[in-house]
Amino acid sequence: MAFDMIRSSGRAQKALGLLSGLVFGFLLQKGGLTEFDVILGQLLLTDFTVVKVMLSAILVGMAGVFFMRWMGLVRLQIKPGSMGSTVLGGIIFGVGFAILGYCPGTAAAAFGAGAVDALVGMVGIVIGAGIFARLYPALDRLILNWGAFSADTLPELIGLKPGIVAAVMAALIIGLLYLLDALGR
Amino acid sequence: MIEWLMAASWSPYLVGAGIGVLIWTVFLLSDRPLGCSTAYAKTAGMIESAVSRQKTESMPYYRKISPTIDWQWMLVVGTMIGAALSAYLSGGWSISVVPPLFKESFGADEMLRLTVALTGGILMGLGARWADGCTSGHGISGTLQLSLASWIAVICFFAAGIIAAGLIYGFSFL
Repeated sequence: MAFDMIRSSGRAQKALGLLSGLVFGFLLQKGGLTEFDVILGQLLLTDFTVVKVMLSAILVGMAGVFFMRWMGLVRLQIKPGSMGSTVLGGIIFGVGFAILGYCPGTAAAAFGAGAVDALVGMVGIVIGAGIFARLYPALDRLILNWGAFSADTLPELIGLKPGIVAAVMAALIIGLLYLLDALGR
Repeated sequence: MIEWLMAASWSPYLVGAGIGVLIWTVFLLSDRPLGCSTAYAKTAGMIESAVSRQKTESMPYYRKISPTIDWQWMLVVGTMIGAALSAYLSGGWSISVVPPLFKESFGADEMLRLTVALTGGILMGLGARWADGCTSGHGISGTLQLSLASWIAVICFFAAGIIAAGLIYGFSFL
């Protein structure tokens, strides 16, 4: 691949991580996602900023990533899932999301913008991740692999070509964004 | 240009599109998805390692996710700085402890808010590693690749989040 030099350089990757974070944090703050009230507003279904940002990011990201993959420039990074890992973990995450009012990325950004509660939330996330690391051997044996999903991707699940599923998904996202706008959300 | 960088907020569509383009560069230059929660597990591992290196190195999870400073860890550092810069440029940087909505519902007690934030953070850190991703790793990077696990994860994040937020603050949309 053309980008092997950059991809394999530890120093370049650290610099790129920092630079990507700068852009990410800047965008999150400008989007209002560093505000607890905006995030809780989404979970209370009174403010749809979070969904608008996420759907626009998925739409644009998907177009570029699938195009670059078609060009042979990038490969997909798909994680397999299961009922025990994805669903149970997702529910625990969601409850934490409502209580903290930030997610791991927006907590970092909110702390950058001056929110002390977000910093304490970050400390909590580190503790929670540490607890998971301690529990990992037992969880891996008993729960995480339970009910493994039969497919890794939506195209595999449905049995259609990725390009077609991506196009349908793009149409659905655009439709949903129009609907939210029409409803004045 | 400067005026634009100093604006208090941008359209959510523009911000989302910006994150989408950022993810193109991450796939191209770093051959990875953009996710935040792994960095927190690495930090936990670094702290464990400072206490006992030998024990940490023998823990299976830290053999899977090495507790070192790398792209993912620097991403979170950059996120803090980027948001600080954006808030500063728009004149909106200020120390805050209790968010307005929380104050309205539970009062201005700072210790209460910080205790709640710590509790929520612990659950979130546990859940993020349990589900192998968070709102950025699964919610944006995974979904845009049409990953089945990521779509299921993000549905669970929001379904559980909506129910929990409703139970805490009242189902205000009803």
